Amino acid sequence: MARAISTRRKLTFTAIGWLVGFVIFFPILWTVITSFKTEGEAIASPPHFLFFDWTLDSYAEVQSRSNYLKHVMNSVIISFGSTFIALLIAIPAAWAMAFSPTKRTKDILMWMLSTKMLPPVGVLVPIYLLYRDWGLLDTRLGLVIVLTMINLPIIVWMLYTYFKEIPGEILEASRMDGASLAKEIIYVLTPMAVPGIASTLLLNIILAWNEAFWTLNLTAANAAPLTAFIASYSSPEGLFWAKLSAASTLAIAPILILGWFSQRQLVRGLTFGAVK
Amino acid sequence: MATLQTRSAARLMMSPAVLLLFAWMIVPLAMTLYFSFLRYNLLMPGMEEWAGTLNYHYFLTDPAFGTALLNTLLLVGGVLLITLAGGTLLALLLDQPFFGQGIVRLLVIAPFFVMPTVSALVWKNMLMHPVYGIFAWIARSLGLQPVDWLNNLPLFSVTMIVAWQWLPFATLILLTALQSLDEEQKEAAEMDGAGPISRFVYIVLPHLARAMTVVVLIETIFLLSVFAEILVTTNGGPGNESTNITYLVYAQALLQFDVGGASAGGIVAVILANLVAIFLIRLIGKNLEA
Amino acid sequence: MRLKSLMLGACSLAAMTVWAQAETLTIATVNNGDMVRMQKLSDDFKAKNPGIDLEWVTLEENVLRQRVTTDIATKGGQYDIMTIGTYEVPIWAKQGWLQPLDKLVADDDYDVNDLLPPIRSGLTYEGKLYASPFYGESSFVMYRKDLFEKAGLTMPNAPTWDFIGEAARKLTDKSKEMYGICLRGKAGWGENMALLTAMSNSFGARWFDMDWKPQFDQPEWKATLEYYVNLMKDAGPPGASSNGFNENLALFQSGKCAMWIDATVAASFVSDPKESQVADKVGFALAPDNGLGKRGNWLWAWSLAIPAGSKKTEAAEKFIDWATSQSYTQLVASKDGWLNVPPGTRTSLYETPDYIKVAPFAKATLESINSADPDKPTVKPVPYVGVQFVAIPEFQGLGTAVGQQFSAALAGQITVDQALKNAQQLSVREMTKGGYIK
Repeated sequence: MARAISTRRKLTFTAIGWLVGFVIFFPILWTVITSFKTEGEAIASPPHFLFFDWTLDSYAEVQSRSNYLKHVMNSVIISFGSTFIALLIAIPAAWAMAFSPTKRTKDILMWMLSTKMLPPVGVLVPIYLLYRDWGLLDTRLGLVIVLTMINLPIIVWMLYTYFKEIPGEILEASRMDGASLAKEIIYVLTPMAVPGIASTLLLNIILAWNEAFWTLNLTAANAAPLTAFIASYSSPEGLFWAKLSAASTLAIAPILILGWFSQRQLVRGLTFGAVK
Repeated sequence: MATLQTRSAARLMMSPAVLLLFAWMIVPLAMTLYFSFLRYNLLMPGMEEWAGTLNYHYFLTDPAFGTALLNTLLLVGGVLLITLAGGTLLALLLDQPFFGQGIVRLLVIAPFFVMPTVSALVWKNMLMHPVYGIFAWIARSLGLQPVDWLNNLPLFSVTMIVAWQWLPFATLILLTALQSLDEEQKEAAEMDGAGPISRFVYIVLPHLARAMTVVVLIETIFLLSVFAEILVTTNGGPGNESTNITYLVYAQALLQFDVGGASAGGIVAVILANLVAIFLIRLIGKNLEA
Repeated sequence: MRLKSLMLGACSLAAMTVWAQAETLTIATVNNGDMVRMQKLSDDFKAKNPGIDLEWVTLEENVLRQRVTTDIATKGGQYDIMTIGTYEVPIWAKQGWLQPLDKLVADDDYDVNDLLPPIRSGLTYEGKLYASPFYGESSFVMYRKDLFEKAGLTMPNAPTWDFIGEAARKLTDKSKEMYGICLRGKAGWGENMALLTAMSNSFGARWFDMDWKPQFDQPEWKATLEYYVNLMKDAGPPGASSNGFNENLALFQSGKCAMWIDATVAASFVSDPKESQVADKVGFALAPDNGLGKRGNWLWAWSLAIPAGSKKTEAAEKFIDWATSQSYTQLVASKDGWLNVPPGTRTSLYETPDYIKVAPFAKATLESINSADPDKPTVKPVPYVGVQFVAIPEFQGLGTAVGQQFSAALAGQITVDQALKNAQQLSVREMTKGGYIK
């Protein structure tokens, strides 16, 4: 017997759902709206929600001061690059942990996660000195390396939990057929693992995109991503609400759009083994 | 049955990740450990000398240390509580069919894509500002005295901001878990005459336990090192009201440029984090195994 | 598939952005209005110096300070020109981290003798100029002439703290969001401690005695902090303990403060009708005193310097010359008007009739800067230089930690006595750790 869903119940949930969604989204919405105001309008009290002279002045101002596209390119290269490299390293490791677990597998996983607990600022000086000597300061490569390493534990863990859900019998069967290790991975494992890999990829692109300590402290002009772009608008002199809003909107728009378009892929594998 | 061959293959496949992470951990850690025993200030080069446990002594006896430790726990605990409770409610809501459900879901997950610095700036300047903020405007429209969030409730405000960012993550994981719940099971319970509350307590909640532990584990890792939000909004203040351990180390490293002191602080933070980790593994590891 | 094409697009775009350059100067600077203007006008420099390209790293003040200090101390070499302040220059010069600007000093066009003496001496170490001032500032009182008139008050040219307190309380009407005085409260050595340290000088207080013993347990500090906290409680805006320069500027510009004691550079912002709702109603007076011979005004200059070991010294000198000479002032005046020229560095500016005409604050600014004495900042003798700071490496951290305590006192979380006791304790700790107190 299917549950009958009364229209009234559905309408009630529609109202609650939209209200909650609006409240949670409001800070972002308000930022976007404010970015189209003049500075004076931005701090008007009582605030104007929709009826004001919409202007692109703040965007023009931001564009005239910063090379937005360059920052976006850096963010894209750094976050995508580090995620791809980390996946290349993590997939074999997670695969091995999931299908040939030993007594120490859990310990290794937990140790990997614990490396993320060192406060980054505590190792800033050592890393800065090493990067200086290796010529990696203010390079995209340098940031790709850092972000690869800091996201690797999460990636390994996420993939491991996903791989573990893949029934072992299928692998056994393919092994019986005499498939080589490479074939096993390409033909059997990969198709089953794609949703998990896709979602890991997306989650880590988001994490890398939003990382704001290393990306700010190891760059100057060449490799500076959007986090550095925001730091030049965060508290300048005078009225800055509209300009800050414009810069913020520009900084979050690419990743927000990517996230929205790919949310189904993101969600599908985002279980961390939580679903049995 | 794993053969010797597959076992060595497995070892081979794990080794790049393990070795790289090991190098990534051990090199800076060794340098940090070494620096932590030196009197080493970036602004006074050439004066480095062996300091013994001086840096540790100063870090641990810093009057701010106890507060920071407590604040760290309060912040992590508070955010976990809000995101778990809020995430469960949101997941239950999004699990209901209603008009425009897909769009509402997009709205709810949006905060997760916002950079911590940006969200802190937006909350501080546009929402919580006691004169220009929306909250102050709402309070004034209702005839109330606007709350000065960042001054009077600094830690609570920071907790709110961080919780806002992590709410979508908890919601998504819990929603996925909820949707995997057997429809038949729910219906059977309904037929048995179980009310919505007892259905939630006896069927839904146990099913979500695993997802919740995952949320706790992942969020804790990130929440222990929250600092951008504090730097942007309160600078750890007023006083030390919103200083956590990470921020305290930050102050040593990038305000004092005291590399020795910051290194000692970093080592202390690692030890504390690992204590938390061991605790978590005890608590959660079993749950994940089951 | 979508991802793949995105990546391909990304790579090709990245390839396009890599182009060959003759010589590129990387300039680290603060995101203050005057620097942003410099960046906008820098095409003029590029036109005059073909072959030199400029890369700008414009950051918020605190981030900038972290970045350039880490870089110069580790000899990272990421920047060719750094924007630093009066606090950094003596410390860095002592370490040999900066190149002396001998060539500029010798250049008649640069005209080093035109620099205001207190500013110049703040950037000089052992007789050599190590940084060229871009703009300089002291602090003074900005007040609303219309409100004062309405209340029947007259602001003297050199007010006392007693008068300021009385006027502030009289002009406050919290129900109308009108606050008698706006002062910095946000914790930070360059935020509330700049104000409070300068203020304490006029109350006869000092950070350290000649043996580097912290002085927060002395009655002068108690008088300073009590006066400040009480005044802000009676006549300050809500949330004062998170207000820094910018927040107060916004408050004053939108007409919510009757008085504001802050940097002299703010004068041109509050007088700019495009930004300020009170542009034609602002008067200026010297920072208050208590009749002890010191006024509560500070001295600061954002300046351009070249790191030692830079390989692009010649180009960097050319840029600094362009940005800090009189001809830059002329350039700004011709493009954006006299009101927007960077103030507080050169005597010649204060002798320019066009400037005096549009800048009612010129005289008070000059007087404030010239009355600040970084070498003898306090009533009693001190072992340090610096008016609103103490030029030792430990001060950034120490000043901020003390600032946290004072900010907590302002927020009402602890009492004035408790704040002073904490400040004393942590200063003694820091100074002992630093080896100043044996």
